[in-house]
Amino acid sequence: MSFFDYFKSKKDNRTASVAKERLQIIVAHERGQREQPDYLPALQKELLEVIRKYVQISDDMVQVEVDRNDSCSVLELNVTLPEK
Amino acid sequence: MARIIVVTSGKGGVGKTTTSASISTGLAKRGHKTVVIDFDVGLRNLDLIMNCERRVVYDFVNVIQGEATLNQALIRDKRVDTLYILPASQTREKEALTKEGVEKVINELSERFDYIVCDSPAGIEHGALMALYYADEAVVVTNPEVSSVRDSDRILGILQSKSRRAEMGQDPVKEHLLLTRYNPDRVNRGEMLSVADVEEILAIPLLGVIPESQIVLNASNQGLPVILEEDSDAGQAYEDAVARLLGEEREHRFMSSQKKGFFSRMFKGG
Repeated sequence: MSFFDYFKSKKDNRTASVAKERLQIIVAHERGQREQPDYLPALQKELLEVIRKYVQISDDMVQVEVDRNDSCSVLELNVTLPEK
Repeated sequence: MARIIVVTSGKGGVGKTTTSASISTGLAKRGHKTVVIDFDVGLRNLDLIMNCERRVVYDFVNVIQGEATLNQALIRDKRVDTLYILPASQTREKEALTKEGVEKVINELSERFDYIVCDSPAGIEHGALMALYYADEAVVVTNPEVSSVRDSDRILGILQSKSRRAEMGQDPVKEHLLLTRYNPDRVNRGEMLSVADVEEILAIPLLGVIPESQIVLNASNQGLPVILEEDSDAGQAYEDAVARLLGEEREHRFMSSQKKGFFSRMFKGG
């Protein structure tokens, strides 16, 4: 910083807080995926089989996820049914 | 039985090899029999950083494949006599490092050395997995920058699930955060993540902070581990990190900028 720069109005370069916020979000998200229980793929497969007894659906029409909060975990099951 | 320490990061270019060279030299300087292994098959560089590139005859893969004995491949450091280097192969495929082969070499080294330092390649592929598999402790080298922090978190997840300790259900690999290329002035100006920020995100104990320094490049130019630049801030920061690794309490240094007076700020630059 030279003599004159010192008095110039500074451009806001305080980007560290933005970096921290972005990191906290992405790291939390990726940790969540990492901690998914390992029975999920098998669970998804069996759910598919059960549903297929009644409705014909393809593999990608069932989505299973576990959402963890502080106090409890929620098993989220998303089934897309074919249009009649 | 030796303690096995992996130096890892996920991201490339953050200072793994610099750190491996300094930590192994630091351990050896304190009289511990130490060997440092380069796991970066195809892109070996530890030999250059340790100034023994012209003495490499046999390498890690030669030993695994029975083409050379460990004694033929180990290079004794010229500066610290309790330190040995096991160079990586420059010509083979990474897959030449098999789990069984690496285990055989590590077991043999374990009988002769107090510390085995494993210099991991970047990435999360085979070479990196082999480097961390047998580790008792991990030094996770991180720069105060978004991609490095994210990759460090990824590698922590792998340590917790894919290391031998994790697979065998033993005590987890002991994790240490080493923050490198730290620039306290930029942190003060709010331009760079602080030590506290990175500690908060990664949530592992801090082993040390290595300040960004001209000395690091000067040292690597000459093949001198930075820790041997004993008068420099980076060298002393590595010295402190080694002491902490050995369980000593050392206060953290070089984390804040030198306060500059009014005149030096005006005329020398911020």
